[in-house]
Amino acid sequence: MSCLELFLSFLQIGLFSFGGGYAALPLIQGQIVTVHGWLGMSEFTDLITISQMTPGPIAINAATFVGIKIAGVPGALAATFGCILPSCVIVTLIARLYLRYQNLDALQSVLNSLRPAVVAMIASAGISILVSAFWGEGASVTLADTNWTLVAIFGVCVLLLRKFKMNPVWVMLLAGLLNAVLSYLS
Amino acid sequence: MKVKREVLAKLFLSTLYLSAFTFGGGYVIVTLLKKKFVDEYHWIEENEMLDLTAIAQSAPGAIAVNGAIVVGYKLAGLVGAVTAIIATIIPPFVIISLISVFYAAFRSNLLIGKMLEGMQAGVGAVIASVVYEMACGVFQSKSAASVTILIAAFTAACIFQINVVYIVLACGLIGVLRTWLHGKSGKGGQDT
Repeated sequence: MSCLELFLSFLQIGLFSFGGGYAALPLIQGQIVTVHGWLGMSEFTDLITISQMTPGPIAINAATFVGIKIAGVPGALAATFGCILPSCVIVTLIARLYLRYQNLDALQSVLNSLRPAVVAMIASAGISILVSAFWGEGASVTLADTNWTLVAIFGVCVLLLRKFKMNPVWVMLLAGLLNAVLSYLS
Repeated sequence: MKVKREVLAKLFLSTLYLSAFTFGGGYVIVTLLKKKFVDEYHWIEENEMLDLTAIAQSAPGAIAVNGAIVVGYKLAGLVGAVTAIIATIIPPFVIISLISVFYAAFRSNLLIGKMLEGMQAGVGAVIASVVYEMACGVFQSKSAASVTILIAAFTAACIFQINVVYIVLACGLIGVLRTWLHGKSGKGGQDT
């Protein structure tokens, strides 16, 4: 039963994530955190962290991670299969049409309309990750409950990324080390 | 037949290798697929690869998986596509399976817990930076429609908590309508 749920859930993620990279983020969050509650927000963020540091698409990593947690290896297989099935069918069909007619204009223009929405949805997912980091999971958003150490680390990271164009993986590792050292000192 | 088997073997090994060692997402892997199959093996022409890449990027799903499918399909039909998909998902599947076994023990360690907590702020910063770059791209396009879609989608997702599936469907529909209207007016212009 849970395998079927995993399959259907990741089928939606595979079917509706357009644009690659972080585009799957809001969909994964919606399915596994909001709809099914398979992961909490901080577990979800850990998953994104792990995905960033290992090879492979975020959606496939999420399918494997959540699948194993909910229903072991069969769950991971069901989720991964669900995640790639829409790609297999749709991409093969388009590739077939393309190799026959060699025209992609319509496809491109649909994607042009989707792109701004994808940006907006990634922004929205990013905000929930930050809220969970700064105020803890399920806690109320008040000034007194803010984890100022993490806010400061966030600021440093943004600076390193934007100003010094540092590699994201190094920035994340540095953020982790900083927090560990600071909590050890205090 | 022997040639085809050789193509499949090479396809499997190259996609497996690329998938296991490519950090940094789908766009990187598509570039490396091009290097391998266009520049090194000369199995696909440059122009065709550009279009195949466009398909991989516009279709739903992970770009790395889609990229593997188009290359596999182009080289050896359905068998090629399946071969490339399997090779692409083996590395992340194995690596994440191993990590998830140790994750619970990892997470309960106080120091590692603190590290992961700090990394949440780091991931937040990475996403903020990506969003900033992408949003700049949208605003620089100076397309009123794109900016409207961006603001409307953000309001829907962040404030009204609308399921993102509906947002994607709505925007896809707008895209189809725009294409259709554009096509119509284009044809009208030709007639006169």
